[in-house]
Amino acid sequence: MIIPRLQKQRIIEYMKQGKRFDGRKPEEFRDIEIKTGISLNAEGSASVKIGKTEVYVGVKMDVMEPYSDGPKEGTLTVGFELSPMASPDFDMGPPSIEAIEAGRILDRGLRESGFIDFEGLCIKEGEKVWGMYVDIYAINDAGNLMDAAALAALVALADARIPVYDEATGKVDRHQDRTDKKLPLVKEAMALNLTFHKIGDKIIVDPTREEEQISDYRVSFACSSHKGKPRISSIQKGKEGAITDKEMETILSLLEVKFNEMYEHLSKKIFKK
Amino acid sequence: MTTKKESSESTYTKRFDGRKFDELREIETKIGVIPEADGSAMYRSGKTIAIAAVYGPRKLHPQHMQNPQTGILRVNYDMMSFSVPDRKKPGPNRRGQEISKVIEWALSQCIDLESFPNTVIDVFIYIPQADAGTRVAGINAASMALAHAGVPMREMASAVAVGKMDKTIVADVCKEEEDYEEGEGATDIPICVLSRSKQIALLQLDGKISITELKEAIEMAKKACEKIHEIQVNTLKGAK
Repeated sequence: MIIPRLQKQRIIEYMKQGKRFDGRKPEEFRDIEIKTGISLNAEGSASVKIGKTEVYVGVKMDVMEPYSDGPKEGTLTVGFELSPMASPDFDMGPPSIEAIEAGRILDRGLRESGFIDFEGLCIKEGEKVWGMYVDIYAINDAGNLMDAAALAALVALADARIPVYDEATGKVDRHQDRTDKKLPLVKEAMALNLTFHKIGDKIIVDPTREEEQISDYRVSFACSSHKGKPRISSIQKGKEGAITDKEMETILSLLEVKFNEMYEHLSKKIFKK
Repeated sequence: MTTKKESSESTYTKRFDGRKFDELREIETKIGVIPEADGSAMYRSGKTIAIAAVYGPRKLHPQHMQNPQTGILRVNYDMMSFSVPDRKKPGPNRRGQEISKVIEWALSQCIDLESFPNTVIDVFIYIPQADAGTRVAGINAASMALAHAGVPMREMASAVAVGKMDKTIVADVCKEEEDYEEGEGATDIPICVLSRSKQIALLQLDGKISITELKEAIEMAKKACEKIHEIQVNTLKGAK
Protein backbone atom coordinates (compact mmCIF):
# COMPACT_ATOMS: atom_id res chain seq x y z
CA MET A 1 0.00 0.00 0.00
CA ILE A 2 1.38 3.40 -0.95
CA ILE A 3 0.02 6.11 1.32
CA PRO A 4 -0.19 9.51 -0.35
CA ARG A 5 2.00 12.12 1.34
CA LEU A 6 -1.00 14.28 2.19
CA GLN A 7 -2.71 11.45 3.98
CA LYS A 8 0.47 10.72 5.88
CA GLN A 9 0.57 14.35 7.00
CA ARG A 10 -3.04 14.17 8.12
CA ILE A 11 -2.41 11.05 10.17
CA ILE A 12 0.61 12.69 11.83
CA GLU A 13 -1.24 15.95 12.54
CA TYR A 14 -4.11 14.00 14.05
CA MET A 15 -1.69 11.93 16.07
CA LYS A 16 -0.10 15.08 17.53
CA GLN A 17 -3.47 15.78 19.13
CA GLY A 18 -3.52 12.21 20.42
CA LYS A 19 -6.14 11.13 17.88
CA ARG A 20 -6.23 8.24 15.45
CA PHE A 21 -8.33 7.86 12.32
CA ASP A 22 -10.39 5.05 13.83
CA GLY A 23 -11.07 7.05 16.99
CA ARG A 24 -8.72 5.14 19.25
CA LYS A 25 -6.19 6.66 21.66
CA PRO A 26 -2.52 6.02 20.87
CA GLU A 27 -2.22 3.35 23.59
CA GLU A 28 -5.55 1.69 22.86
CA PHE A 29 -5.91 -1.85 21.46
CA ARG A 30 -8.79 -3.00 19.29
CA ASP A 31 -11.02 -5.84 20.58
CA ILE A 32 -9.37 -9.24 20.69
CA GLU A 33 -11.32 -12.38 19.79
CA ILE A 34 -9.88 -15.84 20.37
CA LYS A 35 -11.16 -19.17 18.99
CA THR A 36 -9.67 -22.64 19.43
CA GLY A 37 -10.13 -25.87 17.50
CA ILE A 38 -10.56 -24.27 14.09
CA SER A 39 -9.01 -27.23 12.28
CA LEU A 40 -9.72 -30.84 13.26
CA ASN A 41 -6.65 -32.39 11.69
CA ALA A 42 -4.25 -30.12 13.55
CA GLU A 43 -2.90 -31.23 16.93
CA GLY A 44 -3.94 -27.79 18.11
CA SER A 45 -5.37 -24.78 16.31
CA ALA A 46 -6.65 -21.28 16.87
CA SER A 47 -7.76 -18.12 15.23
CA VAL A 48 -7.20 -14.69 16.67
CA LYS A 49 -8.88 -11.50 15.60
CA ILE A 50 -7.64 -8.06 16.60
CA GLY A 51 -10.25 -5.74 15.18
CA LYS A 52 -10.54 -6.87 11.57
CA THR A 53 -7.09 -8.43 11.49
CA GLU A 54 -7.27 -12.19 11.55
CA VAL A 55 -4.78 -15.06 11.64
CA TYR A 56 -5.14 -18.86 11.69
CA VAL A 57 -2.56 -21.01 13.45
CA GLY A 58 -2.23 -24.77 13.42
CA VAL A 59 0.21 -26.98 15.33
CA LYS A 60 1.28 -30.27 13.76
CA MET A 61 3.56 -32.76 15.49
CA ASP A 62 5.78 -35.50 14.21
CA VAL A 63 8.42 -37.87 15.57
CA MET A 64 11.93 -36.97 14.51
CA GLU A 65 15.60 -37.28 15.28
CA PRO A 66 16.86 -34.62 17.71
CA TYR A 67 19.52 -32.13 16.73
CA SER A 68 23.02 -33.07 17.91
CA ASP A 69 23.22 -30.02 20.19
CA GLY A 70 20.03 -31.02 22.00
CA PRO A 71 19.72 -34.83 22.11
CA LYS A 72 16.96 -34.65 24.74
CA GLU A 73 15.05 -31.71 23.27
CA GLY A 74 12.03 -31.59 21.04
CA THR A 75 12.15 -29.27 18.05
CA LEU A 76 10.15 -26.24 17.00
CA THR A 77 9.61 -24.83 13.52
CA VAL A 78 7.64 -21.63 13.12
CA GLY A 79 6.32 -20.56 9.72
CA PHE A 80 4.43 -17.41 8.89
CA GLU A 81 2.60 -17.21 5.56
CA LEU A 82 1.74 -13.66 4.58
CA SER A 83 -0.76 -15.06 2.11
CA PRO A 84 -1.87 -12.74 -0.70
CA MET A 85 -5.42 -13.54 0.44
CA ALA A 86 -4.96 -11.28 3.46
CA SER A 87 -3.98 -8.04 1.80
CA PRO A 88 -3.58 -6.43 -1.61
CA ASP A 89 0.03 -5.72 -0.55
CA PHE A 90 1.15 -9.35 -0.35
CA ASP A 91 2.37 -11.12 -3.45
CA MET A 92 2.45 -14.76 -4.39
CA GLY A 93 5.70 -16.61 -4.58
CA PRO A 94 8.40 -17.56 -2.10
CA PRO A 95 8.20 -16.04 1.40
CA SER A 96 9.01 -12.34 1.37
CA ILE A 97 11.62 -10.88 3.70
CA GLU A 98 8.75 -9.49 5.79
CA ALA A 99 7.32 -12.99 6.26
CA ILE A 100 10.73 -14.43 7.08
CA GLU A 101 11.46 -11.70 9.62
CA ALA A 102 8.04 -12.05 11.25
CA GLY A 103 8.42 -15.83 11.49
CA ARG A 104 11.83 -15.48 13.10
CA ILE A 105 10.63 -12.93 15.64
CA LEU A 106 7.79 -15.23 16.66
CA ASP A 107 10.16 -18.20 16.80
CA ARG A 108 12.47 -16.34 19.18
CA GLY A 109 9.61 -15.17 21.35
CA LEU A 110 8.41 -18.75 21.83
CA ARG A 111 11.86 -20.27 22.25
CA GLU A 112 13.60 -17.79 24.53
CA SER A 113 10.73 -17.27 26.95
CA GLY A 114 10.94 -20.86 28.17
CA PHE A 115 7.24 -21.35 27.44
CA ILE A 116 7.91 -24.77 25.93
CA ASP A 117 9.67 -27.40 28.04
CA PHE A 118 11.62 -28.90 25.16
CA GLU A 119 13.03 -31.76 27.29
CA GLY A 120 9.48 -32.80 28.04
CA LEU A 121 9.19 -33.65 24.36
CA CYS A 122 11.91 -36.30 24.40
CA ILE A 123 10.82 -39.83 23.49
CA LYS A 124 14.23 -41.51 23.48
CA GLU A 125 17.38 -39.50 24.11
CA GLY A 126 19.49 -39.00 21.02
CA GLU A 127 17.04 -40.94 18.85
CA LYS A 128 13.44 -39.79 18.95
CA VAL A 129 11.87 -36.51 20.00
CA TRP A 130 8.65 -34.72 19.16
CA GLY A 131 8.92 -32.02 16.55
CA MET A 132 6.40 -29.21 16.55
CA TYR A 133 5.42 -27.20 13.53
CA VAL A 134 3.61 -23.97 14.25
CA ASP A 135 2.23 -22.71 10.94
CA ILE A 136 0.65 -19.28 10.89
CA TYR A 137 -1.54 -17.98 8.05
CA ALA A 138 -2.53 -14.35 7.67
CA ILE A 139 -6.23 -14.33 6.76
CA ASN A 140 -6.98 -10.61 6.85
CA ASP A 141 -4.40 -7.89 7.38
CA ALA A 142 -5.91 -4.78 8.89
CA GLY A 143 -2.65 -4.09 10.73
CA ASN A 144 -0.66 -5.62 13.59
CA LEU A 145 -0.48 -9.15 12.23
CA MET A 146 2.55 -9.66 14.43
CA ASP A 147 0.82 -9.40 17.82
CA ALA A 148 -2.15 -11.38 16.50
CA ALA A 149 0.09 -14.15 15.16
CA ALA A 150 2.11 -14.42 18.37
CA LEU A 151 -1.05 -14.64 20.45
CA ALA A 152 -2.63 -17.21 18.15
CA ALA A 153 0.53 -19.34 18.33
CA LEU A 154 0.26 -19.41 22.14
CA VAL A 155 -3.41 -20.34 21.97
CA ALA A 156 -2.83 -23.11 19.42
CA LEU A 157 0.06 -24.58 21.46
CA ALA A 158 -2.10 -24.56 24.59
CA ASP A 159 -4.90 -26.21 22.58
CA ALA A 160 -2.65 -28.99 21.23
CA ARG A 161 -2.89 -32.66 22.23
CA ILE A 162 0.01 -35.01 21.59
CA PRO A 163 -0.69 -37.70 18.97
CA VAL A 164 -0.22 -41.42 19.57
CA TYR A 165 3.37 -42.62 19.20
CA ASP A 166 3.69 -46.15 17.84
CA GLU A 167 6.81 -47.69 19.34
CA ALA A 168 6.83 -50.58 16.86
CA THR A 169 7.10 -48.36 13.79
CA GLY A 170 8.76 -45.40 15.51
CA LYS A 171 6.17 -43.16 13.90
CA VAL A 172 2.97 -41.33 14.74
CA ASP A 173 -0.15 -43.50 14.56
CA ARG A 174 -2.56 -41.30 12.63
CA HIS A 175 -5.32 -43.90 12.70
CA GLN A 176 -5.84 -43.33 16.38
CA ASP A 177 -7.25 -40.21 17.97
CA ARG A 178 -4.78 -37.95 19.65
CA THR A 179 -4.04 -38.59 23.34
CA ASP A 180 -5.47 -36.27 26.01
CA LYS A 181 -1.93 -35.23 26.85
CA LYS A 182 -1.17 -31.55 26.44
CA LEU A 183 2.19 -30.13 25.44
CA PRO A 184 4.66 -29.51 28.29
CA LEU A 185 4.11 -25.77 28.56
CA VAL A 186 5.27 -23.47 31.33
CA LYS A 187 2.27 -21.26 31.91
CA GLU A 188 4.17 -18.58 33.84
CA ALA A 189 6.68 -18.25 31.00
CA MET A 190 4.04 -17.50 28.36
CA ALA A 191 5.36 -14.55 26.38
CA LEU A 192 2.95 -12.00 25.02
CA ASN A 193 4.05 -10.06 21.95
CA LEU A 194 3.54 -6.32 22.01
CA THR A 195 4.54 -4.08 19.11
CA PHE A 196 4.97 -0.30 19.31
CA HIS A 197 5.19 2.12 16.41
CA LYS A 198 6.41 5.69 16.32
CA ILE A 199 4.22 8.08 14.31
CA GLY A 200 4.87 11.83 14.44
CA ASP A 201 5.76 12.49 18.06
CA LYS A 202 3.68 9.64 19.45
CA ILE A 203 4.24 6.00 20.32
CA ILE A 204 1.24 3.83 19.48
CA VAL A 205 0.15 0.23 20.01
CA ASP A 206 -1.88 -2.07 17.74
CA PRO A 207 -1.37 -0.17 14.47
CA THR A 208 -3.73 -0.28 11.50
CA ARG A 209 -2.22 -1.19 8.12
CA GLU A 210 -2.02 2.51 7.21
CA GLU A 211 -0.29 3.41 10.45
CA GLU A 212 2.21 0.58 9.98
CA GLN A 213 3.09 1.93 6.56
CA ILE A 214 3.86 5.47 7.64
CA SER A 215 5.51 4.86 11.01
CA ASP A 216 9.18 5.79 11.51
CA TYR A 217 10.01 2.55 13.29
CA ARG A 218 8.50 -0.35 15.17
CA VAL A 219 9.69 -2.30 18.20
CA SER A 220 8.28 -5.70 19.13
CA PHE A 221 8.71 -7.20 22.59
CA ALA A 222 8.00 -10.75 23.73
CA CYS A 223 7.23 -10.40 27.39
CA SER A 224 6.44 -12.97 30.08
CA SER A 225 5.61 -12.55 33.75
CA HIS A 226 8.36 -12.96 36.35
CA LYS A 227 7.35 -12.42 39.98
CA GLY A 228 4.49 -10.27 38.82
CA LYS A 229 6.68 -8.06 36.67
CA PRO A 230 7.19 -8.13 32.90
CA ARG A 231 10.29 -10.00 31.81
CA ILE A 232 11.42 -9.39 28.23
CA SER A 233 12.70 -12.39 26.29
CA SER A 234 13.01 -11.02 22.78
CA ILE A 235 13.07 -7.66 21.04
CA GLN A 236 13.12 -6.62 17.43
CA LYS A 237 13.38 -3.07 16.22
CA GLY A 238 12.24 -2.73 12.63
CA LYS A 239 12.45 -0.10 9.87
CA GLU A 240 14.90 2.76 9.35
CA GLY A 241 13.90 5.16 12.14
CA ALA A 242 16.03 5.29 15.30
CA ILE A 243 14.92 5.52 18.91
CA THR A 244 15.78 8.46 21.16
CA ASP A 245 16.39 8.03 24.91
CA LYS A 246 13.12 9.73 25.71
CA GLU A 247 11.18 7.55 23.31
CA MET A 248 12.78 4.43 24.75
CA GLU A 249 11.59 5.48 28.17
CA THR A 250 8.08 6.10 26.86
CA ILE A 251 8.02 2.75 25.11
CA LEU A 252 9.20 0.82 28.16
CA SER A 253 6.71 2.44 30.50
CA LEU A 254 3.94 1.88 27.96
CA LEU A 255 5.08 -1.73 27.65
CA GLU A 256 4.67 -2.17 31.40
CA VAL A 257 1.22 -0.56 31.37
CA LYS A 258 -0.08 -2.61 28.43
CA PHE A 259 1.47 -5.78 29.79
CA ASN A 260 -0.19 -5.35 33.19
CA GLU A 261 -3.47 -4.56 31.49
CA MET A 262 -3.49 -7.51 29.12
CA TYR A 263 -1.32 -10.34 30.42
CA GLU A 264 -3.43 -11.88 33.18
CA HIS A 265 -6.60 -11.52 31.20
CA LEU A 266 -5.18 -13.21 28.09
CA SER A 267 -3.38 -15.88 30.11
CA LYS A 268 -6.70 -16.87 31.67
CA LYS A 269 -8.32 -17.05 28.25
CA ILE A 270 -5.53 -19.19 26.83
CA PHE A 271 -5.40 -21.65 29.73
CA LYS A 272 -9.09 -21.82 30.43
CA LYS A 273 -9.28 -25.58 29.82
CA MET B 1 -29.98 -42.33 -8.80
CA THR B 2 -28.70 -45.80 -8.06
CA THR B 3 -31.13 -48.52 -9.06
CA LYS B 4 -32.09 -51.13 -6.51
CA LYS B 5 -30.54 -53.91 -8.52
CA GLU B 6 -27.16 -52.25 -8.66
CA SER B 7 -27.03 -51.21 -5.05
CA SER B 8 -27.90 -54.72 -3.89
CA GLU B 9 -24.92 -56.02 -5.82
CA SER B 10 -22.57 -53.45 -4.41
CA THR B 11 -20.63 -53.98 -1.20
CA TYR B 12 -21.25 -50.35 -0.28
CA THR B 13 -24.86 -50.49 0.85
CA LYS B 14 -24.79 -47.94 3.63
CA ARG B 15 -22.77 -44.75 3.82
CA PHE B 16 -20.23 -44.36 6.64
CA ASP B 17 -21.95 -41.26 7.94
CA GLY B 18 -25.48 -42.55 7.37
CA ARG B 19 -26.33 -40.20 4.50
CA LYS B 20 -28.59 -41.17 1.62
CA PHE B 21 -26.60 -41.89 -1.54
CA ASP B 22 -27.51 -38.58 -3.14
CA GLU B 23 -27.41 -36.58 0.08
CA LEU B 24 -24.91 -33.77 0.57
CA ARG B 25 -23.11 -33.13 3.83
CA GLU B 26 -24.25 -30.24 6.01
CA ILE B 27 -23.46 -27.00 4.20
CA GLU B 28 -22.53 -23.71 5.86
CA THR B 29 -21.76 -20.54 3.93
CA LYS B 30 -20.66 -17.04 4.82
CA ILE B 31 -19.88 -13.89 2.87
CA GLY B 32 -17.34 -11.17 3.67
CA VAL B 33 -15.01 -13.27 5.81
CA ILE B 34 -11.95 -11.33 4.59
CA PRO B 35 -12.75 -7.60 4.85
CA GLU B 36 -9.54 -6.39 3.13
CA ALA B 37 -10.47 -8.28 -0.05
CA ASP B 38 -12.86 -6.98 -2.71
CA GLY B 39 -14.98 -10.07 -2.19
CA SER B 40 -14.75 -13.13 0.02
CA ALA B 41 -16.65 -16.20 1.13
CA MET B 42 -16.45 -19.34 3.24
CA TYR B 43 -17.99 -22.64 2.15
CA ARG B 44 -18.15 -25.64 4.47
CA SER B 45 -19.37 -29.09 3.51
CA GLY B 46 -19.26 -31.38 6.53
CA LYS B 47 -15.71 -31.17 7.82
CA THR B 48 -14.24 -29.66 4.67
CA ILE B 49 -13.80 -25.88 4.84
CA ALA B 50 -12.73 -23.53 2.03
CA ILE B 51 -12.21 -19.79 2.23
CA ALA B 52 -11.81 -17.63 -0.85
CA ALA B 53 -10.78 -14.02 -1.43
CA VAL B 54 -11.09 -12.03 -4.64
CA TYR B 55 -8.96 -9.01 -5.54
CA GLY B 56 -9.70 -7.09 -8.71
CA PRO B 57 -10.18 -6.48 -11.49
CA ARG B 58 -6.88 -4.71 -10.79
CA LYS B 59 -3.95 -3.62 -12.91
CA LEU B 60 -1.78 -6.55 -13.92
CA HIS B 61 1.93 -6.37 -13.19
CA PRO B 62 4.37 -6.91 -14.80
CA GLN B 63 3.07 -4.88 -17.71
CA HIS B 64 4.20 -7.32 -20.40
CA MET B 65 1.70 -9.84 -19.02
CA GLN B 66 -1.21 -7.47 -19.67
CA ASN B 67 -3.54 -8.34 -22.50
CA PRO B 68 -5.27 -5.39 -24.22
CA GLN B 69 -7.94 -7.78 -25.50
CA THR B 70 -9.01 -9.32 -22.23
CA GLY B 71 -8.64 -9.46 -18.50
CA ILE B 72 -6.94 -12.42 -16.91
CA LEU B 73 -8.19 -14.68 -14.16
CA ARG B 74 -5.57 -16.01 -11.77
CA VAL B 75 -6.51 -18.69 -9.24
CA ASN B 76 -4.33 -19.86 -6.40
CA TYR B 77 -5.53 -22.86 -4.40
CA ASP B 78 -3.56 -24.04 -1.38
CA MET B 79 -4.16 -26.30 1.58
CA MET B 80 -3.06 -25.04 4.96
CA SER B 81 -0.24 -27.17 6.33
CA PHE B 82 -2.32 -28.40 9.26
CA SER B 83 -5.51 -29.09 7.26
CA VAL B 84 -4.60 -32.75 6.71
CA PRO B 85 -3.45 -35.54 9.09
CA ASP B 86 0.13 -35.57 7.74
CA ARG B 87 1.44 -32.01 7.65
CA LYS B 88 1.67 -30.53 4.18
CA LYS B 89 4.71 -28.37 3.59
CA PRO B 90 3.49 -24.76 3.32
CA GLY B 91 3.53 -23.17 -0.10
CA PRO B 92 2.69 -24.36 -3.60
CA ASN B 93 3.24 -27.92 -4.76
CA ARG B 94 2.43 -29.74 -8.00
CA ARG B 95 -0.98 -30.90 -6.82
CA GLY B 96 -1.95 -27.38 -5.76
CA GLN B 97 -0.78 -25.90 -9.02
CA GLU B 98 -2.79 -28.35 -11.10
CA ILE B 99 -5.91 -27.81 -9.02
CA SER B 100 -5.46 -24.03 -9.25
CA LYS B 101 -5.39 -24.34 -13.03
CA VAL B 102 -8.52 -26.51 -13.40
CA ILE B 103 -10.42 -24.20 -11.03
CA GLU B 104 -9.19 -21.22 -13.06
CA TRP B 105 -10.54 -22.80 -16.25
CA ALA B 106 -13.87 -23.51 -14.59
CA LEU B 107 -14.35 -20.04 -13.12
CA SER B 108 -13.21 -18.25 -16.28
CA GLN B 109 -16.46 -19.46 -17.88
CA CYS B 110 -18.49 -17.42 -15.39
CA ILE B 111 -16.83 -14.06 -15.89
CA ASP B 112 -16.90 -11.64 -18.77
CA LEU B 113 -13.13 -11.10 -18.73
CA GLU B 114 -13.11 -9.25 -22.04
CA SER B 115 -14.78 -6.28 -20.37
CA PHE B 116 -11.65 -5.73 -18.29
CA PRO B 117 -8.69 -5.52 -20.66
CA ASN B 118 -5.19 -5.26 -19.16
CA THR B 119 -6.41 -6.32 -15.72
CA VAL B 120 -6.21 -9.36 -13.52
CA ILE B 121 -8.78 -10.85 -11.19
CA ASP B 122 -6.99 -12.74 -8.43
CA VAL B 123 -8.78 -15.53 -6.60
CA PHE B 124 -7.09 -16.99 -3.53
CA ILE B 125 -8.47 -20.20 -2.06
CA TYR B 126 -7.29 -21.70 1.21
CA ILE B 127 -8.34 -24.95 2.86
CA PRO B 128 -8.03 -24.69 6.65
CA GLN B 129 -9.60 -28.12 7.23
CA ALA B 130 -9.84 -30.99 4.77
CA ASP B 131 -12.14 -34.02 4.61
CA ALA B 132 -12.15 -34.66 0.82
CA GLY B 133 -13.79 -32.48 -1.82
CA THR B 134 -11.53 -29.50 -1.18
CA ARG B 135 -11.31 -28.32 -4.80
CA VAL B 136 -15.08 -28.34 -5.23
CA ALA B 137 -15.56 -26.55 -1.91
CA GLY B 138 -12.96 -24.07 -3.17
CA ILE B 139 -14.97 -23.46 -6.36
CA ASN B 140 -18.18 -22.93 -4.40
CA ALA B 141 -16.47 -20.41 -2.10
CA ALA B 142 -14.69 -18.68 -5.00
CA SER B 143 -17.86 -18.35 -7.07
CA MET B 144 -19.60 -16.64 -4.15
CA ALA B 145 -16.55 -14.44 -3.50
CA LEU B 146 -16.54 -13.30 -7.16
CA ALA B 147 -20.21 -12.36 -6.93
CA HIS B 148 -19.60 -10.67 -3.58
CA ALA B 149 -16.79 -8.64 -5.17
CA GLY B 150 -19.30 -7.39 -7.73
CA VAL B 151 -17.47 -8.94 -10.66
CA PRO B 152 -20.02 -9.12 -13.52
CA MET B 153 -20.86 -12.80 -13.94
CA ARG B 154 -22.68 -14.62 -16.71
CA GLU B 155 -23.54 -17.41 -14.34
CA MET B 156 -22.41 -18.98 -11.10
CA ALA B 157 -20.27 -22.08 -10.64
CA SER B 158 -21.32 -24.85 -8.27
CA ALA B 159 -19.34 -28.01 -7.76
CA VAL B 160 -19.50 -31.35 -6.02
CA ALA B 161 -17.40 -34.49 -5.86
CA VAL B 162 -19.51 -37.48 -6.74
CA GLY B 163 -18.02 -40.88 -6.20
CA LYS B 164 -18.42 -44.55 -6.78
CA MET B 165 -17.80 -46.86 -3.84
CA ASP B 166 -17.62 -50.33 -5.34
CA LYS B 167 -20.72 -50.08 -7.58
CA THR B 168 -22.63 -47.46 -5.62
CA ILE B 169 -22.77 -43.87 -6.89
CA VAL B 170 -22.81 -41.28 -4.08
CA ALA B 171 -22.78 -37.50 -3.86
CA ASP B 172 -20.31 -35.35 -1.89
CA VAL B 173 -17.65 -37.91 -1.05
CA CYS B 174 -15.93 -37.66 2.36
CA LYS B 175 -12.40 -38.84 3.13
CA GLU B 176 -13.48 -42.16 4.60
CA GLU B 177 -15.33 -42.95 1.37
CA GLU B 178 -12.43 -41.77 -0.75
CA ASP B 179 -10.35 -44.48 0.94
CA TYR B 180 -12.94 -47.25 0.33
CA GLU B 181 -11.17 -50.38 -0.86
CA GLU B 182 -13.76 -53.16 -1.18
CA GLY B 183 -15.07 -54.41 -4.52
CA GLU B 184 -14.16 -52.01 -7.28
CA GLY B 185 -12.85 -49.57 -4.69
CA ALA B 186 -13.40 -45.83 -4.78
CA THR B 187 -13.76 -43.59 -7.82
CA ASP B 188 -13.63 -39.85 -7.22
CA ILE B 189 -15.28 -37.49 -9.71
CA PRO B 190 -15.12 -33.75 -9.01
CA ILE B 191 -17.62 -31.94 -11.25
CA CYS B 192 -18.39 -28.24 -11.63
CA VAL B 193 -21.73 -27.30 -13.23
CA LEU B 194 -22.57 -23.78 -14.41
CA SER B 195 -25.83 -22.43 -13.05
CA ARG B 196 -27.59 -21.23 -16.24
CA SER B 197 -26.13 -23.13 -19.16
CA LYS B 198 -25.79 -26.33 -17.05
CA GLN B 199 -22.48 -26.92 -18.81
CA ILE B 200 -19.73 -28.88 -17.16
CA ALA B 201 -16.84 -26.53 -16.39
CA LEU B 202 -14.65 -28.92 -14.46
CA LEU B 203 -14.48 -32.68 -14.76
CA GLN B 204 -11.87 -34.97 -13.32
CA LEU B 205 -11.90 -38.62 -12.40
CA ASP B 206 -9.70 -41.03 -10.49
CA GLY B 207 -10.66 -44.68 -10.41
CA LYS B 208 -12.62 -47.09 -12.60
CA ILE B 209 -16.08 -46.51 -14.02
CA SER B 210 -18.30 -47.67 -16.90
CA ILE B 211 -19.94 -45.24 -19.31
CA THR B 212 -23.43 -45.93 -17.89
CA GLU B 213 -22.20 -45.33 -14.37
CA LEU B 214 -20.45 -42.13 -15.40
CA LYS B 215 -23.67 -40.81 -16.93
CA GLU B 216 -25.46 -41.63 -13.71
CA ALA B 217 -22.75 -39.86 -11.71
CA ILE B 218 -23.01 -36.73 -13.86
CA GLU B 219 -26.80 -36.70 -13.40
CA MET B 220 -26.36 -36.91 -9.66
CA ALA B 221 -23.77 -34.10 -9.75
CA LYS B 222 -26.13 -31.86 -11.72
CA LYS B 223 -28.91 -32.29 -9.17
CA ALA B 224 -26.50 -31.71 -6.30
CA CYS B 225 -25.11 -28.57 -7.94
CA GLU B 226 -28.63 -27.17 -8.27
CA LYS B 227 -29.04 -27.46 -4.50
CA ILE B 228 -25.63 -25.91 -3.90
CA HIS B 229 -26.40 -23.07 -6.28
CA GLU B 230 -29.58 -22.29 -4.39
CA ILE B 231 -27.63 -22.05 -1.14
CA GLN B 232 -24.99 -19.84 -2.78
CA VAL B 233 -27.62 -17.47 -4.14
CA ASN B 234 -29.50 -17.30 -0.85
CA THR B 235 -26.30 -16.51 1.00
CA LEU B 236 -25.49 -13.70 -1.43
CA LYS B 237 -29.03 -12.33 -1.20
CA GLY B 238 -28.81 -12.30 2.57
CA ALA B 239 -25.55 -10.33 2.49
CA LYS B 240 -25.42 -6.58 2.35
